[in-house]
Amino acid sequence: MVDNFTKTLMSNTLNNDLKEQLVANFQATEGRLNGETKSAVHQTRRAAMQNFETLGFPTIKHEEWKYSNVSNLVKQAFDFSVKTEFGENELATLSIPNLEGNVLYFINGIYNPELSNIVSPESQLQILNFGKAVKENPTLLETYFAQYANYQNEAFTALNTAFAHDGVVINVPAGKVVEQPIILRFITDARSINVASQPRNLVVVGKNAEVKIAEAFRTMGENGAFTNTVTEIVVEENANVQYYKVQNDTEKSYHIGTTQVCQKQNSHFYAVTVTINGGFVRNNLNIVLDGQNCEAFMYGLYFPNGKQHVDNHTLVDHAQPNSYSNELYKGILKDKSTGVFNGKIFVRDGASKTNAYQSCRNVVLSDEATMNTKPQLEIYNDDVKCSHGTTTGKLNDEALFYMRSRGIPKAEAQTLLMYAFCEDVISQIKIDSIKEYLEGLIAEKLAQ
Amino acid sequence: MLTITDLQASVDDKAILKGINLEIKAGEVHAIMGPNGSGKSTLASVLAGREEYEVTGGSVDFDGEDLLEMSPEERAAVGIFLAFQYPVEIPGVTTINFLKTALNEIRKSRGEEPLDAAQFLKLMREKAKLVNIDDSLLKRSLNEGFSGGEKKRNEIFQMAMLEPKLAILDETDSGLDIDALRIVAEGVNKLRSPENAVIVVTHYQRLLDYIVPDYVHVLYKGRIVKSGPKELALELEEKGYDWIKAEVAATM
Repeated sequence: MVDNFTKTLMSNTLNNDLKEQLVANFQATEGRLNGETKSAVHQTRRAAMQNFETLGFPTIKHEEWKYSNVSNLVKQAFDFSVKTEFGENELATLSIPNLEGNVLYFINGIYNPELSNIVSPESQLQILNFGKAVKENPTLLETYFAQYANYQNEAFTALNTAFAHDGVVINVPAGKVVEQPIILRFITDARSINVASQPRNLVVVGKNAEVKIAEAFRTMGENGAFTNTVTEIVVEENANVQYYKVQNDTEKSYHIGTTQVCQKQNSHFYAVTVTINGGFVRNNLNIVLDGQNCEAFMYGLYFPNGKQHVDNHTLVDHAQPNSYSNELYKGILKDKSTGVFNGKIFVRDGASKTNAYQSCRNVVLSDEATMNTKPQLEIYNDDVKCSHGTTTGKLNDEALFYMRSRGIPKAEAQTLLMYAFCEDVISQIKIDSIKEYLEGLIAEKLAQ
Repeated sequence: MLTITDLQASVDDKAILKGINLEIKAGEVHAIMGPNGSGKSTLASVLAGREEYEVTGGSVDFDGEDLLEMSPEERAAVGIFLAFQYPVEIPGVTTINFLKTALNEIRKSRGEEPLDAAQFLKLMREKAKLVNIDDSLLKRSLNEGFSGGEKKRNEIFQMAMLEPKLAILDETDSGLDIDALRIVAEGVNKLRSPENAVIVVTHYQRLLDYIVPDYVHVLYKGRIVKSGPKELALELEEKGYDWIKAEVAATM
């Protein structure tokens, strides 16, 4: 009889510390679950853990991870106990001004009810933290949890699914327009130790319902942080969802996140992903247009400097006819930073009259910075309109001279031009407090 | 105000200006004419500080200061203004925001207090009337999608806002129909004063019907080969540039 730990060692010669730690932690956690181990959710967790053990962490030999190397991450030791002293005092230093709406705090991945505030009436919006949802609304989880994000083949998604214990479960009943935005703040407190957290979120937006959701990630402290997050969003018929992902982490942080979206017919989904800071960032945004007459918009902005690495992978799967998707990602790279944009568009053979557009534009301000862009179009239908384009260049010298000739100093002219470059993405953010917060962070980052 | 002495400049190692001498006093309007490729726009660009041009000799004195030592923004601060032949479109920056930044930077460099939003808007409305430019245009991204005439009017509007000592109009007439030309010229004339000066760089005489120069200079092969009163422009209009070329050839 070989135990799991030894099996792992045997099955993978590239074994590493983090994987061992995770396996051990999974077993320890399982031991504390008592009766819950028989639940459907836990069966999924267990299956996901097995997948992760088989898959292992991806290396740069894996096509989807060619430019994003996690070899340094997997050698680090992390604390999973998630103890933190974080409270009101710390929050004051990280506050987002004028934040209104339903604001939920997750500290090191764990829901903090004291800091959180839900203002929308329960008739409009049901919000539960994941742990509570497992007990109080198992039907919802059985219907939707892990039905969309690919934990069979994606190592990080498998890992997150195996450790799905906290995060948020949001249910917007059919026909409800949620007036107040939902703002999820994920704060990693790495002041005293390397911290790992794996938030798992599920958002179900019923027929004809509308909601705005923001996920704001923030890391504090000098130690390492590993955040592996998965959010599944189900957009039912004729529903409208605006989704924002905001990242302001630290040089030593690793953020790997997947947002998996399923759209039913006549639905609308808008995503804006803004990466202000982060040592290593990998965002997967996967949208399946599983209905006719859907619209999906994806916008992104990233500003890596120093040695930061930002990788945006998007996938739009046009599974049904007559839908529209459009994406625009923009980046400004400085110093020795690296960026990746990988945009995949699938048009299935039945998906005629598909319109799919993709554009990625970059300004590279240093000879030592690198941007890798890879549009991938796989089209199995003749009756479609698809286009893609990527550009990588410097700031427009003529525009710079024009501004300087009017008295604007060079540095300020550059900042203005960079800000202007971002404007068409920034203007897509429809939650005022988040927009103002980002405008401030972007202005600060560009002036560096 | 401006003294140009034996100015030589090249771009990509090709000599364009080969010894320009020019003296401009406050209150004067000088027209610089000449055939295509004679170096007119190069002269305008060198005065404004465009970096692709390398000054290889000579000097430019502006109110006792060495202009060639200054960055483009410093030149703007001491009162040089170039109205571009091809104004640049800058998506994402509104004309209002752009000009407010520019004006307040210039004020700051002069040790003046910045204008607040209300003061700025008041000044802007006043100056917009001068060049007949619509408010809605100024709220849009700088020059983006503007017609040729709107772009040139926006240049003159910026000039009105920044109140330069020396304005250099680089082919401001190009691409304008006669009505637009008149509006632009009227704007420039309203801004003329005994304290400022204007250099009008143009290929054609027609702009000079509206902005009447005190002196006309003909630039040819990188040198000023002929200077005269405003009548010289009419003569050039009538006879073309061939007789000038012949005169130059005869003296060489």
